[in-house]
Amino acid sequence: MMHLVELKQVSKSYDKNVQVLHSIDLQIEEGEFFVLVGPSGSGKSTLLRMIAGLESLSGGELKIQGRLVNHLPPKERHLSMVFQNYALYPHLTVEQNILFGLSAKKVNKQEQQKRLQEAVSMMGLGDLLKRKPKQLSGGQRQRVALARSVISQEPLCLMDEPLSNLDAKLRAHMRTEIRRLQKKLGLTMIYVTHDQVEAMTMGDRIMVLNEGEIQQIGKPIDLYNQPANLFVASFIGSPRMNLGLAVINQNQLIIEDTIKLSITNQDIPKIIKRSGITIGIRAEHLVYATQEEANLHLDVVNVEQLGNETLLTFEVGSQLWTAKWLGQWLINAGERIPLKINLDHISFFDSQSGQIMQTATASQDLKVVAL
Amino acid sequence: MTIPLRTKIILYTLLVLAALIMFAPLLITFMMSFMSGQEIMMGNMIPTSFSLENYVAVFQRFPLVRYLLNSLVMSLLIMTGQLIISSLAAYAFVFIEFKGRDLIFFLFIATMMVPFEASVIPNFHTIRDLNWLNSYQGLALPFFAMAFGTFLLRQNFKQIPKELKEASQIAGIGDLKFFLTVVLPVAKTSLLTLGVYGFLTSWNMYLWPLLTTTDDRFRTVQIGLRQLQSQEQLNEWGVIMAGAIIVVIPTLMILFLGQKRLQQGLTEGALK
Repeated sequence: MMHLVELKQVSKSYDKNVQVLHSIDLQIEEGEFFVLVGPSGSGKSTLLRMIAGLESLSGGELKIQGRLVNHLPPKERHLSMVFQNYALYPHLTVEQNILFGLSAKKVNKQEQQKRLQEAVSMMGLGDLLKRKPKQLSGGQRQRVALARSVISQEPLCLMDEPLSNLDAKLRAHMRTEIRRLQKKLGLTMIYVTHDQVEAMTMGDRIMVLNEGEIQQIGKPIDLYNQPANLFVASFIGSPRMNLGLAVINQNQLIIEDTIKLSITNQDIPKIIKRSGITIGIRAEHLVYATQEEANLHLDVVNVEQLGNETLLTFEVGSQLWTAKWLGQWLINAGERIPLKINLDHISFFDSQSGQIMQTATASQDLKVVAL
Repeated sequence: MTIPLRTKIILYTLLVLAALIMFAPLLITFMMSFMSGQEIMMGNMIPTSFSLENYVAVFQRFPLVRYLLNSLVMSLLIMTGQLIISSLAAYAFVFIEFKGRDLIFFLFIATMMVPFEASVIPNFHTIRDLNWLNSYQGLALPFFAMAFGTFLLRQNFKQIPKELKEASQIAGIGDLKFFLTVVLPVAKTSLLTLGVYGFLTSWNMYLWPLLTTTDDRFRTVQIGLRQLQSQEQLNEWGVIMAGAIIVVIPTLMILFLGQKRLQQGLTEGALK
């Protein structure tokens, strides 16, 4: 089977000693919304620019539509790109900006106008055609940049943090708009972001990158439920996963020297180590319990009311843990709250390597609702 | 900004004074150009009667129109040449990546420290050996490569986001088309500034035209002015001053016109 984009052992280094990307293997399928996510400096933008042809490869193979493109200039790779600052030409009108690339592609005038009409009505830019970019708002500029990319009708579209210059409300709106557009046109999208919420909400598949190395590739839900290592566990999800150092002493799991949970060998079949463990538990799995059911008590440090849910921060040894409860809970900081943790919600990581030893068993028989 | 009236009065008095001192030579020239020789000898500051005799005389006795035309052709040639070569060089220094780019640029800039007078002799040899003495190309060519212009435009081009270039690359737009349709229009304010600067500098140039022209057909107006002075036994200062005023007029015109356009260009601003 042919992949639309295929990377084999791709690496990038500057001046032969600063290694930015280490042997990246990756396949992206046609029609897929693929998100590259990672903190700044992780090499995600570099990887995107290498696919675009704006940066050269230091090693490995890059194939687009089955064709080796390592040394092809950007224009022969049949792709379009949306930049973080939109890269609109300040001296041209919206219309000229959208059509700018088409004349170079030898598209005739009639076809140009036809495509322009389509793109403009799709993006709702009808009234703005004669304006200059500086007369547009951030969201409108964003839409012009999208229209320019759409009008090229290339099968592959690259986006480099396109939403990071917008305010939060508009960002949420553009997320759905981009997603809808991609589905409607059947585009293959490679989308770079540092925002894990964007990655989770938009991607068909996500690749988490850190310090030039792939941490994990998978569906958003899989990354959330079964993180491959501590980095992914703490990077994906908001609020982030609660982590704590733990040891297993006879039949007790001792977390951060403060929480003691009873445990049996059946609970942890994959764990050989008894110390040097880091456990992780999601905020929604730290639940309120009655005094009888409770298996731990913690002091509340801070309460955040979000209206539809309540975020509580607890002190656990040296760590701060967050719990996310649905509804409005009138709790004051300083109170001691009875809580319950189910062992099957706990993920176990090796503290040294950061790799997963045992994923939360509850996540395998998931309450994911599939219709 | 609100300035107290007292401060304002003091400030403006100083400004007017400074302006008068700066402007005095030109003002005296202007006054003298209307006076008869007799009046000038008497040391009058303000002419008793305005006569245009001096102006008529300067056009009748000298091929001033020819000189003005020569100056215009030379200045336009130099201006165009400088704009073309500086903008192309600046483009290469900003948008094209090649080994040793910065080193070459610094060498380029270093030539700004060589005064023109130092390179006059080799330049003269070259132009003479090309048989270009007494020709427009001989007058203009040595000034085409201009480190200052390249520097100015490079700084300006650097403000153009590199994403614009990358977006063009992806769309398949080549360097030349990008240069012509994006870089030049976006940088037009700087191009205008440089053009005005180049024109005025060449218009006022003295040494080089003096060396390379011996023929009235190519002599520029600055040399012509000098000739007004030496050809007469007794200098007719009124005529000379009238000539000087005529020479200054195009300079002033360009400054005023350019200023207006410059302000337009500046207020237009660039998109962040």
